[in-house]
Amino acid sequence: MDSQLTAWALAAGQALLFIAAAPLLAGWLQRVKCHMQNRAAPAVWQPYRNLAKLLRKRVLLAENASWLFRAVPYIVFGAMLLAAAVVPLIAVHLPSAAIADLIVLVGFFALARFFTALAGLDIGTAFGGMGASREMMVSALAEPAMLMAVFTLSMTATTTNLSVATDYILQAGLVLRPSFLFALLALAMVAVAESSRVPVDNPATHLELTMLHEAMILEYGGRHLALIEWASQIKLMIYSVLIVDFFFPWGIATGFGAKALVIGAIAMTAKLMLLAVVLIVWETVLAKMRLFRVPQFLGFAFMLSLLAMLTHVVLETGG
Amino acid sequence: MGIASLGLYSQAIILFAALALFTSFIMLAQARMMPLIFTFAWQGLLLAVVSVLVAIVSKHPHLYVSAALTFALKVMVIPWLLYRLSVQLNMQYDAEAIEHPTLLLLGGVALVIFSYFVAQSIVHLSGLATRNTIAVSIAIELLGMLLMCARKSAVAQVIGFMSMESGIFFAAVVSTYGMPLIVELGVAFDVLVASILFGVFFFHLRDSFGSLDVGQFNRLSEANQPMPVREAAGGGHSAGDHS
Amino acid sequence: MTLLEVTLLVPLFGGLLLAIVGHRPVAGWINVAVGIVTFGAALAMALEVFANGPQLSPSRMFYIDAFNVYLVVLTAFVGLTTSIFSRPYMRHEVERGRVTDRRLRLYHAMYQCFLFSMLLALSTNNLGVLWVAMELATLTTVLLVSLYRTPEATEAAWKYFILCGVGIAQALFGTVLIYFAAESKLGGERDDTLLWTVLHGAAGGGLDPAVITLAFVFLLVGYGTKVGLVPLHNWLPDAHSEGPTPMSAVLSGLLLNVALYALVRVKMLVDASLHTNLAGHLMMGFGMLSFTVAGLFLHRQHDVKRMFSYSSIEHMGLITFGFGIGAPLATFGALLHMTVHSLTKSAIFVTVGHACQLAGTQRIDQIRGLIRTQPAIGWGLLLGTVAIAGFPPFGVFISEFLLLMAAMKSWPWLTIPLLIGFGVAFAGLFRHMQRMVFGEPPPGQKPVEANMLPVVVHLVLVLWLGLAIPTFLARWFEQATVLISGASPL
Repeated sequence: MDSQLTAWALAAGQALLFIAAAPLLAGWLQRVKCHMQNRAAPAVWQPYRNLAKLLRKRVLLAENASWLFRAVPYIVFGAMLLAAAVVPLIAVHLPSAAIADLIVLVGFFALARFFTALAGLDIGTAFGGMGASREMMVSALAEPAMLMAVFTLSMTATTTNLSVATDYILQAGLVLRPSFLFALLALAMVAVAESSRVPVDNPATHLELTMLHEAMILEYGGRHLALIEWASQIKLMIYSVLIVDFFFPWGIATGFGAKALVIGAIAMTAKLMLLAVVLIVWETVLAKMRLFRVPQFLGFAFMLSLLAMLTHVVLETGG
Repeated sequence: MGIASLGLYSQAIILFAALALFTSFIMLAQARMMPLIFTFAWQGLLLAVVSVLVAIVSKHPHLYVSAALTFALKVMVIPWLLYRLSVQLNMQYDAEAIEHPTLLLLGGVALVIFSYFVAQSIVHLSGLATRNTIAVSIAIELLGMLLMCARKSAVAQVIGFMSMESGIFFAAVVSTYGMPLIVELGVAFDVLVASILFGVFFFHLRDSFGSLDVGQFNRLSEANQPMPVREAAGGGHSAGDHS
Repeated sequence: MTLLEVTLLVPLFGGLLLAIVGHRPVAGWINVAVGIVTFGAALAMALEVFANGPQLSPSRMFYIDAFNVYLVVLTAFVGLTTSIFSRPYMRHEVERGRVTDRRLRLYHAMYQCFLFSMLLALSTNNLGVLWVAMELATLTTVLLVSLYRTPEATEAAWKYFILCGVGIAQALFGTVLIYFAAESKLGGERDDTLLWTVLHGAAGGGLDPAVITLAFVFLLVGYGTKVGLVPLHNWLPDAHSEGPTPMSAVLSGLLLNVALYALVRVKMLVDASLHTNLAGHLMMGFGMLSFTVAGLFLHRQHDVKRMFSYSSIEHMGLITFGFGIGAPLATFGALLHMTVHSLTKSAIFVTVGHACQLAGTQRIDQIRGLIRTQPAIGWGLLLGTVAIAGFPPFGVFISEFLLLMAAMKSWPWLTIPLLIGFGVAFAGLFRHMQRMVFGEPPPGQKPVEANMLPVVVHLVLVLWLGLAIPTFLARWFEQATVLISGASPL
C-alpha cells in the first residue's frame, strides 16, 4: 500500500515536472538559437516570464466568438497534460503507465490538433481558415508516417505500451537495429512537422506565407494564449522525450529509489539539452520550405518509416 | 529473437546493408547531378564495408580482395569519372525534373517487398547468419533497374546500371562469400570498360542531340518512322540520307 | 600451341595490331588474313573433337564438345567471309567520307576483338567467364553501331548499350544464383563450382529446384535480351540497321547465336535438376511470341535493314521455340536452323549493304530496279529472300520442316500459329523485296563495285545443306543433339 502511494505520488510528480519543465526547454532552445545566430540571448527562464505576463493580461474576444473558442485552450492544454502524464520522463513502470499506449498518445495529439483547427475556423477570419487547412494537410501526411514508425518500434518490443517498450529496449542492450535508425529519422522529421519547426513552419514568424500553427491561434490573447503556447511547448517536449525514450533510453530509472530517480533526472536533462542543440543546428542549416514541398518532405518521412518497417520484417526477424 | 541474438559484427552487416538500401532510395528521388554521384559513391563505400565485415565474420580472406575491388571501382574510379564528365559537359549543376518522385519511392518500396518474397524461396539454402541480406541485395539490384527505367537523364541511367551491378556483386558476397576471383576480376574489368564507354557516349550524345535528356532520343521509335513516299512517274531519287 | 589457343589468341592479337594500323589500306587484308588463320584453327579443332570426343583444357577453363565446336567453326567462317566483304566496302565508305581514319582503326580493332569475345564465350567452361565474354561482346560493338555518328546511330547505340546492359546484369544475377545453388550442394571449399562440366555432373544429383528455377528465369531474361526475344527486343532493329553493314551481318548472324548457345547451356543444367519441362515451356513461350510478333512487325517497316532485323528476331524466336520443345528432332532442327540462318542472314545483309550503296538510301520505297542496274545484287537479294523465307530447296526449308514435324509430334496445335507465322513473314518479305528487286530503276542509278563472293559461297552452302546434308555434318549435329536432349533423332 505504501509503495503504491509512493508510486502514484511519483507519477503525479513526474507529470507536474513535465509541464513545469516544458517552458525551460523552450527557453534553452531560444538561447541556443540566439548563440548560433550570434545574437544576445534572453535568459533561460524568459518563457516563464512571458507566460506570467500573458496570464495577467485581459482576454479580448471577437464578437462572434462561440463557446468553442473559449473552451479550446483548456481542451488543448488538458490533452497535452494527459499526454505528458503518460510519457516516461524519469522512471518507467509508474502506475500511469497502464494507459501509456502509443496509439492513445497519437490520439491525444489528434484531439488537440482538431480543436485548435476548429478554433481557427471559429471566428471566420482568413488567417484562421488558412492556418487550419494547412495544419490539417500537414498532419494528414505526418500521422501515417508517425504511426508507421511507432508500429515498427512496437513490433520490435511486441507491445504498444510506452513504458514496457522503453524497458524492453533498455534490457536489450546495445543492438544495432537498422529499423530503429530509419524510425528515428522518420520520427524526427514528423516531430519537426508536428511541432511547427523549420523547415515546415517557422515558429518565430507572423507572415502569411509562412504561418501554419501561428495562423490558427492568431486571434488568441491573454490567458488563452498562455495556455496554448504552454501546450505547444509541452508538445515539443513530449516529442523529444519520446525520441530519447525509444532510441537512447539508457539512464532512465527502472526502480523508485532516490538514487535511480536522480540519475534518471540528470540523464534526461542532459539528453534533452543535447537534442535541443541538434534541433537548432538542423533549423539553422535548413531554410523553410515552400508549402507545396511539405508533402514531399513528409512523403520522404513516410518512406523512411516504411523502410523501417520493411527492414524490421526482412532483416531483423527470423534470424 | 532475430537480430539481438547475432554478434556485433553480424548486426553491423545488417545495419550497413540497410543503409545501402537507403542510399538506393535516396538515389531514386535525387534530381541533382552532384549529390546523385556522391550518394552512389556512398553506396559503394557501404557495400565495401559490408564485404570487409563478412570477411571478418566468415573468415574468407579473399573477400578482402572483393572489398578492395568494390572500393577502387565504385567509390573512387567511377564517381571520379562521372564527376569529371559532368564538369567537362558543363552539367554539374543540372537537375532533372522527376515527375512524381513520391510514386517512384513507393514503387521502390513495392520492389523491396517483392524481393523479400523472391528471397524467401531461396534463403533456406544459405548457411550464413546474414542470409536475410540476400533480400536486400536483390532489392538494391531492382531499385537500380527502377532508377534506369524511370529517369530521363543519361547520367542517372548510367548510375542506375552501376548500382544494379553493385547489388549483384553484393548478392554474391552475402550468399556465396563472393565468386571465384577470375570471375570477379572479369566483371570488374567489364564494368570499368563500360563506364569508360559511357563517358565517350555522353560526348557523342551531346554532340548529336544537344542534351543528355533521354526523352529526346526518339527518332528511331516505330511511331516516328517517316511515312513512305508516293512513287512519282519518273521515280524519285533521294539524296543519300542513310547509306 | 594448341589449336584452341590459336583460335582465341589470333583474333585478340589481330585486334590489337589493327588498333595501331587499322587505317592503312593493308588493314583490310590483315583482317582477312587473321580470319583465315582463325577459321583454319577452328576447323582443325573441330575435326579433332569429331574424332576424339569432347576436349577439356588442362586448366579446365575451356571445354569443347560437339555443341560449341560447330558454332566456333561457324563463327570463324562467317567472320572470315564478312571480313572479305568488309575490305572493299569500308574502303568505299572511307572514300565517301562517312568514316574517318580514326574510326576505321576502331572498326577493324573492334571487329577482331568482337570475334575474340564470341569465341571465348563459346569455348569457355566457366559460366562466369561466359558472362564476362558476352558483356565484352556488347561493349566491343557498341561503338561500332554508332560509327557513322548520325543522331539516329548514336541513339541506336545508346539503346543497345542500356537495354543489353540491363539484360546482361540480370544474367549476372542468374549466374550468381546458379553458383549459390551449386555451392550449397558441392560445398564451399572448391574453386571449380562455376565450371559447366562440374555443374552438369552435380546437376544430376539435383541442385535446389527453387533456386535453379529463379536462376533460369533471370538468365532467360538476361541472355534472352541479347537473343532478341520479344518483349526485350527493342534494341535489335535499331542496332542492326544503324551500324555499318558488316556489323549488321555479324551481329545478326553470330551474336544472336552465341547468346542462344549460352541460354541452351543453362537449360541443359536446369533440365537435369528440375525434371519438369519448365525451362522448355518458358523458352517455347518466348520463342513463339517473338516469332509471331516479329512476323507482324515485318510488314510495317520502311527501312530495309530494319525489316531484315525483324526477320532475324523471328528466326531466333523459332530456334528458341525449337530448343524449348526439347525433343531430339526439334533440337536437330534448331541446330540446323542456327547454321542456315546464320549463313543466309549474313549473305542477305551483305547484299543489302551493296544495294544501299547502289541506291544511296536504306528506305525500301526508294530502292528500285536492282536487277536491272546490277544483276548480281538483284539476284543475290532475290535468292537470299527466297532462302530466308523458307523455300525449298534451300536449307531453311529443311530446318523449318523439321521443326514443324517436331511441333506436330509433341504440340500439334502449335503448328497452326507456326504455319501462319511462316506465311505472314513470307508475305512481308516478298512484298517489300519484290518492289526493290524489280520495278523501274530511278534514272542515274549506276552499278557499284561489289564483292559478291561471300554471298555466293553462303548461298551455295545453304543450298547444299538443303539438298543433302553431308554425312559428317549430320553426324556432328547428331552428336550435339544427343548432348542437349539426351537422345538421337535418327
